[in-house]
Amino acid sequence: MSYALELKDLRKNFGKTEIIRGANLAVNAGERVAIIGPNGAGKSTLFNLISGRFGPTSGEILLNGQRIDHKAPYEINRMGLSRSFQITNIFPKLSVFENLRCAVLWSLGYKYTFLKFLSGLKDANELAEKYMEMIRLDKKRDLLAMNLTYAEQRALEIGITIAGGSNVILLDEPTAGMSKSETSRFINLIKEVTVGKTLLTVEHDMGVVFGLADKIAVVVYGEVIAYDTPEAVRSNAKVQEAYLGSHVDEEQAGGH
Amino acid sequence: MEFFIISMLNGLSYGLLLFMLSSGLTLIFSMMGVLNFAHASFYMIGAYFGFTLTNIIGFWPALIIAPILVGGCGVIFERLTLRKVHKFGHVPELLVTFGLSYIVYELVQLIWGRTAVEFVPPELLKGSAFTLINHTSQGLSMVWGAAPAEMCKSIDDAIRIVCSPFPATRAFMMFVALLMLLSLWLLLTKTRIGLVIQAALTHPETVESLGHNVPRVFMMVFGAGTGLAGLAGVIGGSTFVTEPAMAATVGSVIFVVVVVGGMGSLSGAFLASLLIGVIQTFAIAFDYSFVSVAKDLGFQLSDALANNSVLKLTVSQVAPILPYLFLVLILIFRPKGLLGTREG
Amino acid sequence: MKTYHFKPYNVGRWVIWSLFAIVLIFAPLIFTSNLSGTMLAQMGIAIIACLSYNILLGQGGMLSFGHAVYTGLGSFVAIHALNAITAGTSSIPVSLLPLIGGFAGIGFAVLLGYVTTKKSGTPFAMITLGVAELVFAMSLMFSEFFGGEAGISGNRVAGQTVWGITFGPQIQVYYLIAIYTFICVALMYAFTQTPLGRILNAVRDNPERVEFIGYNTQRVRYFAFIIAGFFAGISGGLGALNFEIVTSEVVGAGRSGGYLLFTFLGGATFFFGPIIGGILMVLAFVLLSELTKAWLLYLGLLFLFMVMYAPGGIASLIMMNLRVAAFGKLKQIWVSYLALFVTGFVALIGAGAMIEMVYHLQLNSALGDTLKFMGTTLNAKGVDSWFGSIFVMLTGLGLFEVVRRHFLIEWGDIQVEIEKEIKRRETA
Repeated sequence: MSYALELKDLRKNFGKTEIIRGANLAVNAGERVAIIGPNGAGKSTLFNLISGRFGPTSGEILLNGQRIDHKAPYEINRMGLSRSFQITNIFPKLSVFENLRCAVLWSLGYKYTFLKFLSGLKDANELAEKYMEMIRLDKKRDLLAMNLTYAEQRALEIGITIAGGSNVILLDEPTAGMSKSETSRFINLIKEVTVGKTLLTVEHDMGVVFGLADKIAVVVYGEVIAYDTPEAVRSNAKVQEAYLGSHVDEEQAGGH
Repeated sequence: MEFFIISMLNGLSYGLLLFMLSSGLTLIFSMMGVLNFAHASFYMIGAYFGFTLTNIIGFWPALIIAPILVGGCGVIFERLTLRKVHKFGHVPELLVTFGLSYIVYELVQLIWGRTAVEFVPPELLKGSAFTLINHTSQGLSMVWGAAPAEMCKSIDDAIRIVCSPFPATRAFMMFVALLMLLSLWLLLTKTRIGLVIQAALTHPETVESLGHNVPRVFMMVFGAGTGLAGLAGVIGGSTFVTEPAMAATVGSVIFVVVVVGGMGSLSGAFLASLLIGVIQTFAIAFDYSFVSVAKDLGFQLSDALANNSVLKLTVSQVAPILPYLFLVLILIFRPKGLLGTREG
Repeated sequence: MKTYHFKPYNVGRWVIWSLFAIVLIFAPLIFTSNLSGTMLAQMGIAIIACLSYNILLGQGGMLSFGHAVYTGLGSFVAIHALNAITAGTSSIPVSLLPLIGGFAGIGFAVLLGYVTTKKSGTPFAMITLGVAELVFAMSLMFSEFFGGEAGISGNRVAGQTVWGITFGPQIQVYYLIAIYTFICVALMYAFTQTPLGRILNAVRDNPERVEFIGYNTQRVRYFAFIIAGFFAGISGGLGALNFEIVTSEVVGAGRSGGYLLFTFLGGATFFFGPIIGGILMVLAFVLLSELTKAWLLYLGLLFLFMVMYAPGGIASLIMMNLRVAAFGKLKQIWVSYLALFVTGFVALIGAGAMIEMVYHLQLNSALGDTLKFMGTTLNAKGVDSWFGSIFVMLTGLGLFEVVRRHFLIEWGDIQVEIEKEIKRRETA
């Protein structure tokens, strides 16, 4: 049984700067993983590497046992991996419904056809409607995406990501910029729409992390220093050191 | 041999002229993301301003003042028009410069007429910078300035003397271009404003948040870029021809230069300018065609082949399309451009 | 639970298309002069060309500076085919020649488009420029295909006549063009309703995101390019039939620039914008150029203003005002509109007078110093004419500015009212 997503000694350099310095991770199918770590640890870079936005300097990325490193984003997407973006990345001049319909087209096999009418594609239209209801934007069906509120756009972002039916979903800071109430509603939404899928999400909000995740991966300086259940990670010495400074420093500071 | 040297120098001088233009274009593109479709129009304005000013105050003062005037026009255009469309994105910016090129073309014809004007170089540059003399027995020698008539005529029928002059205007073009290149390099790498420009090249918002007036820097860069084009215009217009069509002829070549060199790369533009300048100059000089070469080599061609209009084409006839062929080839085999580092 | 979907018969759609067909059929019967005949024919050709261009510009976000390559090469192939028909070596009916042009368009788009669509955005624009220059330069070199200076001529009265239609008279050519125009417009509209058409829009809006929903953006652009080439070739083929001569200027930069200018002017963001653009293009080239020598200058200035103040073109202006009218607010603002037009017109007259005088001095000075302008005589060298024009222009500009500011305030208020109304209807 292969892992849903596996990183083997992944490295990425930008020029001389090493950003990812040997990341290892093995995620089982159906697990919900929160990726946390200090700023600049390389979490977004990891997502970009996994989803194919750029290629690794060395190391392997495996999706359901198959190598996906150095593949183009659309190839990786067709193999069953979808991602959302930290900065909302939707189709501004298309309506909410059109946004979602575009997202389902390839997965339904319509490819580059110009010989069928969109209005006649029953499965695409029904699927788009279904996802629209899931992300609770059915009332805004024909509104242009650029006219939605920020939270609605984030919801649409998630919608586009999951509409393709991928089994492995990467969410990059899905609740970025949201208020407390919006965040909790959003988390419930994410839980609903990712039932049965493998989920990796970069998060800073610890409440979200502990409420949503089965496992937590802690990324520090381009390495995964811990990958375990939330309670285990909480009490992990290395993690505490990374976030809070080392025992020695503490004692020295306390001792004046 | 002297043919090779003179042609090489001609090619390099033309390439340096192309670089004067494409460097301004690259700077503007790198900094502002705007592809100035009207860049060659500023080149043309520079030539016409140079022409008019030369008739009023002489060539050398015009050489200084005309580029400044052209840069001023660029600044005005940026302030009034370009800045307004900045928020719409890159396509409208390109369209605005496209519209400007139409307007400049019409205005130039309106003010200066539809035929070429006589923009003569000053006395100092009228002659040759130097002359290469190829003497059959004495070999290759060089004489500064124009060679006197008797040195070029051979009395003995057995000895052949060929004099190849290199025009002073071309030499001056190379001189100014190299000077400009040096100052540009110094400005960008050694001065504070150069540092700001380099930073704003990739991170304009960050630079703005540091307190630098980025819109003003943009305006200055646009003015400087167009001013450089104007300078190239004064020199190019006096060396070659000053006519309304001059923008179109050189305009598309500098776009090719920028793509071939790699979008946003100054060194790439330099390399590509020289390459294209040299190749085109040499190509125009060669009168060989597929058919003529075959004949020289002694091959027998069938009548159909010998009369085929494609094969009869000489290299010199094909010369005008060489830059564009180059463009297509680069795009197939090295889409990033020769020295390109970023996607456009 | 089964949900029922009720799709009412879209009456509006049938009405619009029928109106379009009626206009196409009856236009030459209303405008009967010879000039109108040629202009209407050219309009049909221009409409197809501009719509095909908009597949790239408006729908795909691909700015091309070399669209004339595909219309022009379609023309050349079609005229050669026409000569083949005349010579008897081909038995294709003349009426199918535009399709030959279309297939030529596909062929060249497949060939050149592969390299062209490797990039997007600004590099794409420059590549189209380079390719266009390449083809134009080649057109001067290969005189067998391109005919050199004289071009290639043909005779559209060739081959077998069907039902007595020889395509000799202009009116018969017009109706052939009209049929092709209707079919092509319908097909191109249908394209916008297909998966490829929609994904093309997505590529325009956010090319990076498209890759992450499984589509290869380069492929999408390439296919769109080929489809645009098909319709461009049809337009070229119709042009070859209409003019019976094709010269190298049909692949020139001037024509490519014209497609860009007028498609943008008509409006690239709405499907019917390029239709307006095509009509304007013919009107400008045929009528405006006769009216004044300065027409290219006016066009350039108009284009500049459009890009700055109305980047959606005339179509967007129409739609904005239709929206205002739909909410019943047009009567609030029509007075401002009137004032805008009057003051703008006055300013334009002043500026136009000056431009015309300069042009007159430049080009017609042999004819003396006076010229007729809008019913009055101006003296190009006279101080009072100049002073008068400057005065008129400045007055017009000043008043225009005053009215414009007032108009903007009113417009802003109306937009706010409309937004409130929309919100009210949503929550009702």
